[in-house]
Amino acid sequence: MPVEIDIARVAHLARIALTPEELETYSAQLLDILEHAERVQALPTEGVEPTSHPLAMVNGFRPDEIGPCLDPESFLSQAPDTEDSRFRVPRIL
Amino acid sequence: MTAWEAVIGLETHVELSTKSKMFCSCPTDFGDEPNTACCPVCLALPGALPVPNEEAIAGIVKIGLALECDINESSLFYRKNYFYPDLPKNYQISQYTFPVCEHGTLDVDVNGEPTVVGITRVHMEEDTGKSSHIGDGGGRIHDARHTLLDFNRAGVPLVEVVTEPDIRSAEQARAYAAELQRIVLSLGVSDARLEAGSMRFDANVSVRPVGETKLGTRTETKNVNSLRSLQRAISFEIDRQIQVLEDGGSIVQETRHWNEDTGATTSMRVKEESEDYRYFQDPDLLPLEVTAAWQDEIRSTITALPAERRVAIIEQGVDRETAVILVDSDELSGLFAAALGDGVPARTVALWLTGDVVAYLRRNEVELSSTGLTSEHLAVLGRMVDSGDLSSSAAKEVLIAVLDGDGGPGEIADDRDLLQVSDTGAIEEAVDAVLADNADALERIRSGDMKPFGFLVGQVMRHMGGKADPSVVRSVLEEKTTDSR
Amino acid sequence: MSDLADLTITEAGKRLRSGDITSVDLLDAVTRRASVTESHLHAFLTLDGEGARASAERADADLAKGTDHGPLHGIPVALKDNMCTIGVETTASSKILKGWKPPYDGTAVARLKAAGAVITGKTNLDEFAMGSSTENSAFGETRNPWSTDHVPGGSSGGSAAAAAVGSAFGSFGSDTGGSVRQPAALCGVVGMKPTYGLVSRYGLIAFASSLDQIGPFSRSVEDSVALLGATAGWDRYDATSIKGPVPNFGGSLTTGVQGLKIGIVKELMGEGIDPQVLAATIAVADKLTDAGAHVVEISMPSTEYALSAYYLIAPAECSANLARFDGVRFGHRSTVEGTTEDMMAHSRAEGFGPEVVRRILLGTYALSAGYYDAFYGQAQKVRTLVRNDFTSAYAQVDVLISPTSPTTAFRIGERAVDPIAMYYSDVCTIPSNLSGDPAISVPIGLDDEGLPIGFQIMAPALGEEVMYQVAAAVERLVEFDQRPALATSEVAPV
Repeated sequence: MPVEIDIARVAHLARIALTPEELETYSAQLLDILEHAERVQALPTEGVEPTSHPLAMVNGFRPDEIGPCLDPESFLSQAPDTEDSRFRVPRIL
Repeated sequence: MTAWEAVIGLETHVELSTKSKMFCSCPTDFGDEPNTACCPVCLALPGALPVPNEEAIAGIVKIGLALECDINESSLFYRKNYFYPDLPKNYQISQYTFPVCEHGTLDVDVNGEPTVVGITRVHMEEDTGKSSHIGDGGGRIHDARHTLLDFNRAGVPLVEVVTEPDIRSAEQARAYAAELQRIVLSLGVSDARLEAGSMRFDANVSVRPVGETKLGTRTETKNVNSLRSLQRAISFEIDRQIQVLEDGGSIVQETRHWNEDTGATTSMRVKEESEDYRYFQDPDLLPLEVTAAWQDEIRSTITALPAERRVAIIEQGVDRETAVILVDSDELSGLFAAALGDGVPARTVALWLTGDVVAYLRRNEVELSSTGLTSEHLAVLGRMVDSGDLSSSAAKEVLIAVLDGDGGPGEIADDRDLLQVSDTGAIEEAVDAVLADNADALERIRSGDMKPFGFLVGQVMRHMGGKADPSVVRSVLEEKTTDSR
Repeated sequence: MSDLADLTITEAGKRLRSGDITSVDLLDAVTRRASVTESHLHAFLTLDGEGARASAERADADLAKGTDHGPLHGIPVALKDNMCTIGVETTASSKILKGWKPPYDGTAVARLKAAGAVITGKTNLDEFAMGSSTENSAFGETRNPWSTDHVPGGSSGGSAAAAAVGSAFGSFGSDTGGSVRQPAALCGVVGMKPTYGLVSRYGLIAFASSLDQIGPFSRSVEDSVALLGATAGWDRYDATSIKGPVPNFGGSLTTGVQGLKIGIVKELMGEGIDPQVLAATIAVADKLTDAGAHVVEISMPSTEYALSAYYLIAPAECSANLARFDGVRFGHRSTVEGTTEDMMAHSRAEGFGPEVVRRILLGTYALSAGYYDAFYGQAQKVRTLVRNDFTSAYAQVDVLISPTSPTTAFRIGERAVDPIAMYYSDVCTIPSNLSGDPAISVPIGLDDEGLPIGFQIMAPALGEEVMYQVAAAVERLVEFDQRPALATSEVAPV
């Protein structure tokens, strides 16, 4: 499969601001890595179920019980910017 | 001129009222203090992991069963990847292929016209935090200088119910939404408060010429937080789209925002880029297994749904509209059910509750529970009317007095001298006296002219001081005017 | 041995309980050792002197009262800096987390504290555990104690170096594709990756959630058992942790290998494996045969695809796991003016190092529409094939063996410019991460440059007992007792 990468779109999806030079470097490196990944594509896998998890377990529920919350000061004090006990971010639009 | 048809699908988000959040043990019931119901998990601190709340899964299965869905014995959690500051992990744990519930239906009724709305899927996800936009625009995101984030709500269990595009009018959409709200309330899985955002609707609307089978371009309207605005927003959007198309324009696929004040939807004017959520199975979570046995267990906790309860009430002789009002109120339907019994007229009691009682509560701005009215009172009162001891107008007077806390119905009727005489002996005497005074009327009746009969009934009632049971009077009078013939 | 810092945990524990020494003495010994070695190695990012002293004093007081918390009571240990420690800076060696003090302890950390362990500090790693050399740290690389112009391996290079040199009695790392076993091999210590789900991941800063496991470094197999034992077991904060009783890991340490069936993985014994490593591995296999084991060659054909599959699966998971580092709630925020979206994108560009950016981009691409099936979907199917290979192998043998790393330690900078050469460092270790099975690296000797060689033993899920049984036998058979020249507190090293 011929590999094409719209690296600017990938960087945007990943929310990483990269310079044009950086984009070019990463694009070349990704292509190199993906060339190796093509080995994987060559392997016949018809009828093979994907494994997304090494364990054959299910659910892993917790009961609906209330536990302790953090003292807001313990995390707000580490935030880059806060106002009135809330996290502050720049304008969204 | 083209005749247009609207095609509507609804996506409804329902916050479940579990004690703790979907993936951590922070409470779902929190106060106004921001960021006080948070832990490493719902703040997405580095290293934190989600652990699913069993009760939330039981809750969504309940909803799925009530909507007659197929419950997938095995379903999966996915990560839906997008960056937004109110989404702490910058991915939402949701479902993609294999949601918990699929392929259901919900019957709705608009003015006696039933429609079946197909349910595509019901899936489990988590709520986001709350953004407050600060600036001159009064909280509008467009004019905000900055935004403040509170993560108390982040991670509250959220069920999304997605319909097929089966809805054809704003009224139907409203009826669907109202019925879904009733179901969710009746299941006890959510407080479903629209104004508080614990139940929210997004409406996908498109229009097409009648007869066309292809779907038109749709818009998605958000920020609808009452049943009334849902109906208004959809009506507006249908009209707007028809207008655009009739003017030769085309519909832009976009997200629109309902503005309650202007009564219009407006484009969100957000850069529309094709979303790529990069869904993949969440490796922090195991497959969900909802076994048939667990489904049965959950099913056994579901009490009668509103539709069934309405049918049961209608079968008692109550009209549909009254039945809807009764079933929508647990208090009223509770009193109604408890009052029923031998000799209690169901329809009369239902009308008292939905009419006189509701009006009383509204007029006096009181809660039903703070009045003295009990199901026992209703039963007694009902029997008194049924047996003819009390006229229906007198019964209403007694009912109000009971609500005022003046005592029990018997006592009040007695005190106020409202009881009717249905003792035939006394009535016979009165009838005899009236007939003796009105020989010509009797003569006319006997000769086949029934006109004076009503007059005679009135005379007897007057003779009895208005306290005779009119039906007894009638039958005695009938007997006496015919038997000597 | 005259220096306390060179004792094993077992030996130190015996002397603590005899009243001969105190936990504070042990802490003083590793602190003194670190004061000599750190300028050469840079194994630690944070040394929590005060906190460690308080814990050591508490351990001594408890023991004096007769309260004994078990084998780790009073023992100084070091933790990889991607394990959250309440109030103690935890960075994952990333600029994006510099200065962050978690408001909570991870489960493994909390269990170590409850077991009486004295946590001395946080060790260096490749940023977010992405790397095989500990060169990708935003705070400078760690060096190999056996030769400081060589890498210690990675990503848990700091923990491996600390255990090797005696600036900790034992330490913990995390292993996603070999990040405990490979540095253990390169630093000449024991390093193991437990069965996936045996040790809680809660509080471990995630790299690839379906592969990550916390595992210990030690200077003996017996110590490894003690360190694992303190951290293993079901945790209600990790949905993927295994319920049920914890196996008796150390139950067969002295049993030997008589009658055991051992498979040597054919595909990991050929091309790309350094001849000296190969020869040493074969020599140990022969010793196992001499000791009564049946050593047979086992073919696992999917193994050669494991590396490629891994480099799609791990980046895909990491692309989502690292999305939370956005400058909103913690960590670095860019001062670039603009919208929240700009703030996030610049914070991430400024905060992440190049290897992390590379993997996030790779993973984002592999998951994106139109490419999912070809890359991520196919990689997950290869994962199934790898697991199937293990399943059929374990139907024939009790454990599998191979080199841990295809080469001994390489020079600093040697592979830094070539991501793919670096990725190949994990070729022998990755299959066990994909299968979720336990594996351990045991030192078996030095190459002609004096650099350690590691020997890997792999076992089926929850087969830690037989894995340790063979590891202990190998330890006895090879009698590897060399220590790096740097492992001294007395002489200023050259």
